[in-house]
Amino acid sequence: MKKLLFLLPIAALAFYSFNPDDDDKTGKKLPSVNIKDMAGNSLNTSDVSNDGNPIIISFWATWCKPCKLELNTIAEVYDDWQEETGVKLVAVSVDDQKTTKMVEPYVNSTGWDYDIWMDVNWDFKRALGVNFVPHTFLLDGEGTIVYSHNNFVLGDEDKLYEHVLETAGK
Amino acid sequence: MKKLILPVILYSLTGQAQVLGPNISGNIETTFQYLQEDTIIGANQPAEKTVFNSYALVNYENKGFKGGVRIESYLPHVLGYPERFNGTGLGYRYVGYKHDLVEFTAGNFFDQFGSGMIFRSYEQRQLGIDNAMDGLQLKLTPMPGLSIKGIYGRMRYSFNSGLENDPGLVRGFDAEIDFSSFMGLLDSSKFKMTIGGSFISKYQKATHPDYNMPQNVGSYGGRIDMKYGKFFLGAEYISKENDPSFDNGYIYNNGHGALINFGYSQKGLGIILQAKSIDNMSYRLDPNATLTDLNISFMPALTNTHSYNLAASLYPYATQPNGEVAFQADVIYKIPKGTKIGGKYGTLISVNFATAYRPVRHTSDINLLDSSRVTYKTGLFDKSDSLFYRDFNIEIQRKLNKDWKINVKYFHFDFNNAVNVVTKDAVGIVSSHIAVIETQYKINKKHSLRWELQGLWTSKANRDQGDWATLLVEYSISPRFFFAFMDQWNYGNPQEKLRIHYLFGSAGYIMGASRITLSYGKQRAGIFCIGGVCRPVPATNGLTVSFTSSF
Repeated sequence: MKKLLFLLPIAALAFYSFNPDDDDKTGKKLPSVNIKDMAGNSLNTSDVSNDGNPIIISFWATWCKPCKLELNTIAEVYDDWQEETGVKLVAVSVDDQKTTKMVEPYVNSTGWDYDIWMDVNWDFKRALGVNFVPHTFLLDGEGTIVYSHNNFVLGDEDKLYEHVLETAGK
Repeated sequence: MKKLILPVILYSLTGQAQVLGPNISGNIETTFQYLQEDTIIGANQPAEKTVFNSYALVNYENKGFKGGVRIESYLPHVLGYPERFNGTGLGYRYVGYKHDLVEFTAGNFFDQFGSGMIFRSYEQRQLGIDNAMDGLQLKLTPMPGLSIKGIYGRMRYSFNSGLENDPGLVRGFDAEIDFSSFMGLLDSSKFKMTIGGSFISKYQKATHPDYNMPQNVGSYGGRIDMKYGKFFLGAEYISKENDPSFDNGYIYNNGHGALINFGYSQKGLGIILQAKSIDNMSYRLDPNATLTDLNISFMPALTNTHSYNLAASLYPYATQPNGEVAFQADVIYKIPKGTKIGGKYGTLISVNFATAYRPVRHTSDINLLDSSRVTYKTGLFDKSDSLFYRDFNIEIQRKLNKDWKINVKYFHFDFNNAVNVVTKDAVGIVSSHIAVIETQYKINKKHSLRWELQGLWTSKANRDQGDWATLLVEYSISPRFFFAFMDQWNYGNPQEKLRIHYLFGSAGYIMGASRITLSYGKQRAGIFCIGGVCRPVPATNGLTVSFTSSF
């Protein structure tokens, strides 16, 4: 019995980590890290807000093909998503000095309508526990992380949007 | 009863995390390999037959306080890592506090000044690079628009059941003024400007039988970044005092690094031009260190970071810290959607040209017999005609309809193997053409198929390993599964017995922020690059299981 009791918290931890619905119910918020946006303005990551509407935080890099596939795929439907749910997407570039200057020309030429943050020193990536890009988080209106997904294949954007709809109460 | 306390505490912690404010985040990454001997490709099996690397990071944050640890294991290390990495233990730990005006981190930290050309400590685990600082980092924002950073500490060198630092010291400071918020100078202007200055000094315990090694070596520089509407222009210059090292052949020249970026972008068009001049800029905490060890400065190559396998792995260029003059131009243009050429969804065209040359070293008024050991003179952007590297590539991406996407890409490389040695089978410049076709097909809402066909052809003059073809097929079922198969075939190798198929299969299962991947097959010896930093890895043949999870 005692052994069983010991297993209980481990089972609880395992449940939180590997919940099959990808829901993240730990109530975690964004860590507080000072970085810059693409225009060069300083900001604190924990201050992100969207008038009580959901926020998508997507880590990407100019050299990462699945990341660009994800953000380009969402870009095609982003207007509809915004209209229906008020969602905002923040694309966090983890390009280091080799490619960070490529970010602005790439973003502007593709016409993305996202907020772009520049995590050149990987402070935000490290603080949020991100190992690999692409890695996408969904925040509810209070800024609590409610869903996260590592990797992108076609179709994942629909799954993400299901969660956006749910979070927006639609 | 005592036995019950731990589980109860743990249980209440997992339950309470939803209610209380503190944030706990982190991740785990594990690689396990079972290796087989393969004499044809030169893959070795270690005595243990299995290798295992593991990293678990936990960060804690509450009301401005932060702290974290990382436990690492190398049991033994995955092939390609430094031999000295061994055991399990604490590889990284820090505590800190952040306030509006002040932020400090004590223990391990990562940081960079400016572009990193003077100082960058960072972790690139896949490449076995981790030069974390161990000491104190202080960031001050005394007034809006002004930020000052100071760093002081040792630098991580190795891991033996715990973190091992080099005995030297790295210390320095950096100040930056952003005029758009500094004293209201450029408040509402379309013109934005930032200036910065950095200073780094290293203390090294180095000796050399023939030369008098300096104990303290300084490096300093400045930078400026400007933005006006759709244009940006930036420049950085770093100067380094004499720093005799294994890399530079123990000469006493000063070094310099200069970097210029110019960009223009608007909807549908992005242009970037870059230029770099480097001379004698290797700057390591231990001057006798080699490979990727103990670098204080970070000087990435001025090239695109390629992601197609043949282009990324066979002839990747790395910056020559002893000297190079390099240029890069990159243009992205989107043919608008709804036009005759652009098609329904538009067509994206990217063109990139990157090149690097040997700088001129003037020796006419140098007396090599004097005691100074200053062996040449050179200037900013003083380039010769001796080519290190040239890369021209063009890519066209188009979405054909709702379900089909196609990418076509062509590369031409001229790679000087005498400067940047990646192969034993070629001398001098290896020229190659690479062509890639990639197609993506969305079968239905969840299923999709992607394949790549790649070919690489070397010139007749310098065959190296000859011609290659790669086929990659990837099938994925959103949001859980992917299956991939790759055949890399060296069909044109001048030696018939080396015309090998490198077969590799991989399958993955994704659970939100967790992923488990199983792979089996042969991997080529070569240069492994991520985000533009490269490390040689040995050939392997066997089973790999990797697990990654963020929480």
